[in-house]
Amino acid sequence: MTSTTTATRLRDLDQPDDLDGPQWLVQCRASAFGWLAEHGFPTQKDEAWRYLRLGPILDGEFRPSQPASELSCEIAQLVANLGGTRLVFLNGHFHPGLSTIGQNVQGLTIASIASLLTAQSDVPPAFLDKGDNPYLDGFAALNVGLAGDGAYIAIAAGVAVERPIQVVYCTSDDDEPVLSTTRSCVVAAAGSRAVIVETHVGVGTKTSFANNVTRIQLGENAQIEHHMIQNTAPTAVQFGVLDVTQAANSRFSSNAFSLGASVARHEVRVRLEGEAADVTLAGLYLPSSSQHHDNPVTVEHVAPGCTSRQIYNGVLDEKGHGVFNGRIIVQPSANGTDATQFNRNLVLSDHAEIDTRPRLEILTDDVTCTHGVTVGQLDEDAIYYLRTRGITEPVARTMLTTAFANEMVQRIDNPSLRSWVEQVVAQRLDSSTRVASGPAAITVGTAL
Amino acid sequence: MLHINDLTASIGEKKILDGLDLTINPGEVHAIMGPNGAGKSTLANVLGGRDGYDVSGSVTFNGLDLLSLTPEERAGAGLFLAFQYPAEIPGVGNLYFLRTAVNSVRRFRGLDMIGVTDFLALAEAAMESVEMDRSLKNRSVNDGFSGGEKKRNEILQMTMLEPTLAVLDETDSGLDIDALRIVANGVNALRSPERSMLVITHYQRLLDYIVPDRVHVLAGGRIIRSGGKELAAELEANGYTETVAQAAAAAGAAR
Repeated sequence: MTSTTTATRLRDLDQPDDLDGPQWLVQCRASAFGWLAEHGFPTQKDEAWRYLRLGPILDGEFRPSQPASELSCEIAQLVANLGGTRLVFLNGHFHPGLSTIGQNVQGLTIASIASLLTAQSDVPPAFLDKGDNPYLDGFAALNVGLAGDGAYIAIAAGVAVERPIQVVYCTSDDDEPVLSTTRSCVVAAAGSRAVIVETHVGVGTKTSFANNVTRIQLGENAQIEHHMIQNTAPTAVQFGVLDVTQAANSRFSSNAFSLGASVARHEVRVRLEGEAADVTLAGLYLPSSSQHHDNPVTVEHVAPGCTSRQIYNGVLDEKGHGVFNGRIIVQPSANGTDATQFNRNLVLSDHAEIDTRPRLEILTDDVTCTHGVTVGQLDEDAIYYLRTRGITEPVARTMLTTAFANEMVQRIDNPSLRSWVEQVVAQRLDSSTRVASGPAAITVGTAL
Repeated sequence: MLHINDLTASIGEKKILDGLDLTINPGEVHAIMGPNGAGKSTLANVLGGRDGYDVSGSVTFNGLDLLSLTPEERAGAGLFLAFQYPAEIPGVGNLYFLRTAVNSVRRFRGLDMIGVTDFLALAEAAMESVEMDRSLKNRSVNDGFSGGEKKRNEILQMTMLEPTLAVLDETDSGLDIDALRIVANGVNALRSPERSMLVITHYQRLLDYIVPDRVHVLAGGRIIRSGGKELAAELEANGYTETVAQAAAAAGAAR
């Protein structure tokens, strides 16, 4: 298995010659690599990838990670303490020592995908392909080709899981860049309810690459509240896809916080397949230094009478580059669709860049669809007002920037998660504000 | 306390203040009245340190060269500016803002930071004095406040920041008579032998509640007449046009 143990350029990764596992899995992986060989990785000609320079990433050499690595710091320093269940995947593999399985809930199944891959003769839902066009792009195919682990969470019909279930993906590179591939799956049966928190963190100084896919299926009347907090090491490359399908009357919400990584791409795709389903997708991205935060969002209205909301805020500082690529597709079948999309950006530096691109593809007339984009700077009147109250200029700027970002943080209901996210967001904004405000304004950064 | 000498301020070619002189001693309350466009708000802006003006002349405040200080340093030095139109700041909690401000000016003044408990006790008392609705504590600064609530919030801040000179810019604008009385009571409660005030207003009615020691008429960017509190009533009776014309005639005769 040369290609899975030695560092290989991403673009040269090939199917391992001795695939093991059950027959369906071998077939699945072979077909994924076959698809990749035929279609290749995306390029900037692909709409969903047009603002991201993939060349340096594809040329990077990564070592597909092996299980049983140890973490050099306490996991508690990296993630929120939410009580309940916490599944930790270290370099792409379930780590029982770092994980805690909370109280037993009747009707809740939690497992690592790896355990299903060896034991199960049926295809687990995370690996079920989607018919004619099985892979979104080359990275999605690569994910199926390589994914060896991830979280499997199944909630039986009518079961309400009160405590958040936290899934942590942690990268720790000791000596060389690691390639972690995880694939998680949440199956929420009819009328079930749960809160899922996915956290991506990392330690280390190498350009590690993480390629995650999370699938969530909501049955009728199911309610899932999902949070994604990406706070990986500043050198990391973090790609992820959240792929959601919703049955009738289901409610799904996701809050995505893109904080860390050098290049991060968090794609969200939601298909509203059943009538009167409801989805709210919120996001906050804070690229500074030379970070790139890419947020492709697609909501596809298939069934009639569904509601979708997209609310993304960005704070762009220094040479940070943010992308909001928000798509609403309303199929001819989706009469009575109510869809909105808002994207607000705060640009703090002349060198920062935001590409915001609403894409509305509306194929029926009976639709209410609103979208809006703003790109602006801090309110100078507000800064002056704060300064006349003795608050120094850098502190005033941080206060206003934090207020803008906190609008998204306040969407989190769970108090422990909210205060943790508030804290990591504040840390991010404080350091970026100090650097960005220039030498003249640095002096009184700690007036509080 | 405050010595303004030959102050000019312009935006581009337009001269708005044109040789303004004013001295305020400790404990005095001065009113500046004047017609629209006289330069009243510009005077408040220049004293507060707002960007965008070419300023010359000198302003000495508590022995400091005020014009060389940043807005936050002026606040630290004891200046408070109550705005005609206070900024709305969504997402910044009112009490959090107030505590940050209090501790910032304390830092400038070389005082220890104030703890949460002590701060809350002071804030409660101050809110009581301006009859401020408690629900405004945790709202965002001025966000969605009514005109009267905004002005009470200004006076609340003034109370908490303990300035030696408060400049009130058109504090009466947008207030009904009850709100005006409450705001004026808040201001009067702060009068002391050490604290001076400069009340900028278009109308006399505020001066029925905040009775000034001196009244000045500002027109054409300079003070054309000064007098005691009775001058406010005279202005109200005669109007600005006549007063300005008389002052111009007097100036002509003096030449």
